[in-house]
Amino acid sequence: MKKEKHGHLLEEGEDIQYTTCYMCACRCGIKVTLKNGKIRYIQGNPAHPTNQGVICAKGSSGVMKQLSPARITKPLLRKKNAERGEARFDEISWDEAMDILVTRLKKIRETDPKKFAFFTGRDQMQALTSYFAKQFGTPNFAAHGGFCSVNMATGMIYSIGGSSWEFGGADYERTKYFLLFGVAEDHDSNPLKLGLGRMREHGGKVVVINPVRSGYGAIADEWVPVKPGTDGAFILGLIHVLLKNGLYDRDFLISHTNAAYLVTLDEGGEDEGMFYLLHERDMVNTQNTVWDRKTGGIREAHLKDNDPALLGEFKSAEGKTLKPAFQLLVERVMKEDSLEEFASICGIPAKTIERIALEAGITARDNTITLPIPWMDAWGNEHKTTTGHPVSVHAMRGLAAHSNGFQSVRALSVLMMLLGIIDRPGGFRYKPPFPRPVPPCPKPVNKAEQVKPNTPLPAPELGFPSMPEHLAIDEDGNPVRIDKAFSWEFPFTAHGMMQNVITNASKGDPYHIDTLMLFMANMAWNSTMNTSGVMDMLRQKDKDGNYAIPFIAVSDAFFSEMVSFADLVLPDTTYLERHDVISLMDRPICDYSKAADAIRHPILPPKGDCRPFQQTIIDVANALGLPGFCDEGGKPLYANYPEFVTNWMPSPGANVGFLAGWRGPGGTKHMFGEPNPNQWEMYIKNKSFWEIQLEDSIKYNRTVNQGYLNWAQNMKLKRDNEPIIMHFYSEVMQRFRLAAKGQRKGRQPKTEAQKKRILRYFDPLPFWYEPLEHQIIDKGKYQFHAITQRPMPHYHSWDGQNAWLRQIIGQNFLYMNRARAEELGINELDWVWVESPWERKIKVQVKLSEAVQTDTVWTWNAIGKYPGAWNLDPGADEAAKGFLLNHLITEELPHEGGGMISNSDPVSGQAAWFDLRVKISKASEPGLYPTFKPVEPLPHMEKRPDILRYTVDERKK
Amino acid sequence: MSQLALVIDLNKCVGCHACATNCKAWNTSGEFGPLTDKEPYGKQPEGVWFNRVQTYEVGKYPKTEVINFPKSCMHCKNAPCVEVCPTGASYKRQEDGIVLVNYADCIGCKYCSWACPYGCREFDEHEGVMKKCVLCVNRIYNENLPEEERKPACVLACPTRARIFGDIDDPGSEASKAIREKHGYKLLPETGADPSTHYLPQRKIKVELDEDELCVKPLAIVTIEKKITSYKEQIIDDFMSP
Repeated sequence: MKKEKHGHLLEEGEDIQYTTCYMCACRCGIKVTLKNGKIRYIQGNPAHPTNQGVICAKGSSGVMKQLSPARITKPLLRKKNAERGEARFDEISWDEAMDILVTRLKKIRETDPKKFAFFTGRDQMQALTSYFAKQFGTPNFAAHGGFCSVNMATGMIYSIGGSSWEFGGADYERTKYFLLFGVAEDHDSNPLKLGLGRMREHGGKVVVINPVRSGYGAIADEWVPVKPGTDGAFILGLIHVLLKNGLYDRDFLISHTNAAYLVTLDEGGEDEGMFYLLHERDMVNTQNTVWDRKTGGIREAHLKDNDPALLGEFKSAEGKTLKPAFQLLVERVMKEDSLEEFASICGIPAKTIERIALEAGITARDNTITLPIPWMDAWGNEHKTTTGHPVSVHAMRGLAAHSNGFQSVRALSVLMMLLGIIDRPGGFRYKPPFPRPVPPCPKPVNKAEQVKPNTPLPAPELGFPSMPEHLAIDEDGNPVRIDKAFSWEFPFTAHGMMQNVITNASKGDPYHIDTLMLFMANMAWNSTMNTSGVMDMLRQKDKDGNYAIPFIAVSDAFFSEMVSFADLVLPDTTYLERHDVISLMDRPICDYSKAADAIRHPILPPKGDCRPFQQTIIDVANALGLPGFCDEGGKPLYANYPEFVTNWMPSPGANVGFLAGWRGPGGTKHMFGEPNPNQWEMYIKNKSFWEIQLEDSIKYNRTVNQGYLNWAQNMKLKRDNEPIIMHFYSEVMQRFRLAAKGQRKGRQPKTEAQKKRILRYFDPLPFWYEPLEHQIIDKGKYQFHAITQRPMPHYHSWDGQNAWLRQIIGQNFLYMNRARAEELGINELDWVWVESPWERKIKVQVKLSEAVQTDTVWTWNAIGKYPGAWNLDPGADEAAKGFLLNHLITEELPHEGGGMISNSDPVSGQAAWFDLRVKISKASEPGLYPTFKPVEPLPHMEKRPDILRYTVDERKK
Repeated sequence: MSQLALVIDLNKCVGCHACATNCKAWNTSGEFGPLTDKEPYGKQPEGVWFNRVQTYEVGKYPKTEVINFPKSCMHCKNAPCVEVCPTGASYKRQEDGIVLVNYADCIGCKYCSWACPYGCREFDEHEGVMKKCVLCVNRIYNENLPEEERKPACVLACPTRARIFGDIDDPGSEASKAIREKHGYKLLPETGADPSTHYLPQRKIKVELDEDELCVKPLAIVTIEKKITSYKEQIIDDFMSP
């Protein structure tokens, strides 16, 4: 008799389990068919809000992750006589491993907690890892956002209170005109593909703005081969044309943004460039002001009968000169030759920019969507319908990974505001818990004194500064953090600056650390700039023969390049072997109209002695007696991670926790409620996710939708129900400028270089500037931009060794524009030297392409491997022919103030990967450069099979 | 008569390879598996795939188009592989037109792979038999699966939903409708193999802007004010390209 489960009839030995994928960062729901305890098949979960049943190449290959001979299944300690990087270890027990780690951490915590730096890479549990670091008392925590796409996150969050991917996306069902900027094949994976499919179905026009026509570009209706790092200029060109033709949504700008607010222009005071305010006691809605065209005077913003001016220059009663923010933008981008200037920067003809802007603007204006959904705004105005414009945008690293990325993303946000396409039908939509205030409330640790022995931090490690007082600096203005995040040099580093940890720690700048712990972060290889240099830093010793970074602990499930450089290796499990939460407190799986979260639960036993890293965190916290994990007497409150998830709350009685579903007695409450001991089972029963649908009236215009704001406050997603006004003009940035000008009380930058930097880059209106690296190199000599694209079957997979995926791309080439290559005498499959201005070079193999902008070369990211790493044959294509561009990229630039400074965006601290420029010349001999001494497979790892014939069918064996 | 087939929409395919790996996952553990991989962690791994995706560039920069092209057995109506098979191992099913290989009768002579105009045969060196796409014949009639999942794995997986499965001999099927309405075509019709797989071509959407669109409607409530000296009022003829 066959058993029925989830609509399947199960044969003997078969089972069906739902969990959440982790083959990349997309968090799709998966349905796994098991046969006799082995994976038969992995498919998408049709009920899941993220992927709606579909699955990508990586997710489908999960079975090969389980099978990989690169699995580490024993705790490892570097052999006494081995150097870092040699990958020679002793196998030790978990007890020994924990003893070594805990003894070390205990001493650090008792003396100077900041000497423990904890950075996590492909981390989907930052709510736990950041909490652990906070309770430990170290400010030195971050995940990989600093070198990923933090410009997209902060540029938009500091403008509209939300961003792309897990924070929001396009209304693909209704969009008729879609602008897709830069490489976007990684964030997000399946939702974006589903969306593109829907757009192709209903006939929306897709315009791809990318130096390379790869991936999604294939199905675009138009390809705009912009030069790398110039997207900001292209967007400002679009804005110019929209303004010139009146193709902007005036009502939206007035009701949803601060475009009409009056800015004080008088120079020299503490209100220069700030909004002109009325006295608070007289106000109904806000202190901000507009020029009311009806009464011809200054009035409070957002009053019902206002008719605010967007243009003009006005005087206040006391004689101050005022202009609406919008007027300032007009003055910035509407100079006679503005469009030609933007065009010459980005390499796209002015006529093309103009046509695209008119297409987008007219599509928006003439195709207004009206839904029969009444709603009320925050000021009590009733709206009979919900309207919107069918134009939307998506961007990710293409905009982000440049040192001018923050301002480019600001430009994109302003473009979206002008078109009125934010959280309305047809446009960009937020995903709960977004929109959040601009910027969101959490502020980072901001004083050196807050880091104290045996004491949790009083504030989070990461946050969203809105004034200099929120920076993580000491009294002398020096950074509190090892990565120099939240410093005057990098104020809005909401995701930290992982890219600088090893460089700074090895130099002892701003101080030396003791222990560096990394989780799933391949900092010795593809997740670092200047890879060869960083490997040397990890090996660097002082005159006494001690490592500059004294101790490195790494948790990884696989034999990654970073593992070779560890002193202590903690073997992690795979995603199919552990509990996880994909939490609203972290990076959830919400849909535009749904609040949702999800879990993973073990459907296979852990391999060997590997242990989920979450459990390791709990164990370390318990051994250290950390508050929050233990009671006042130091006694553990939670025996294991699942118990922690069920019962932990940020404060007693808060009744919110990592999971929002099935809380309270019997699991009857959602969003908040008392801990429910059966919560995990209830998730598993519901296919491992939870969701609630928002009512129609609170799905749109959520920044100013009274019903939504009340709901969000009631659901504890928002502290108050105040409307969120989008920052067309960033007063927050102007505040930093005033500090730099010495016109603001409170913290001020100490050095001229700091002042200059803030004055130049903290412009409250978006602008384009040349990427920092380009400003100081010989561009005539280094003529090519060198960037990477993200291979869809690999990216974010932590699975370069995957037996199936590596057959799809196992060797990456340097792709060059055919005509341009031929000018240089370079032919298909030639080997070429690629040199960067930083005295670094690589020798790689070329393929010629018609799908790349003439001044650009590119390759697939993270295909190249260190020989022997990941338990691949040292002669594998990935190691023998594949390569990293990373070797060429400098992680530091000469600083105007002397010394070196991180090669990152001066606002957000985003690593400027894509600012790389190179010189290319034909090599006389073939063969890869640089090459490295191979590492041997670890003795305990499985032997690489010559033939793989995977099946769960016993008859086939 | 009935002919089951895939209809693949090149207008949606982004070349992500989900169809290829999901196919491999389903089939390696099924009746037609395993899909052997040689040197899986070695120098140049080479495995059996029932489904592969190729990518082409067309045209000269900057007028370049990129086309992703997934390819698997086309289940031809006049399947040349069946005609040349000396043992009858390759056969076409009467009831649904699916072309299959009976591994027990296959002698690995590779005539079929020479005859296939599409290069869609996959020789398993380890077993010495020829393998290829089976159109997930073990899914589409499988009553153990929920009805909505009785489709080839590639169709279920495809993240842009670029793949339609159905009976192309049934004019009412979704597949036939897509072929009719979206200009479906067959690969290399001149070979006479009459493949069942159809491709829907890339279609480009153009926005036709008429000058009227800028003239007839009011441009905006606000006009740019004269005092911004750098901007001069223009009429449509000043800035619309011909």
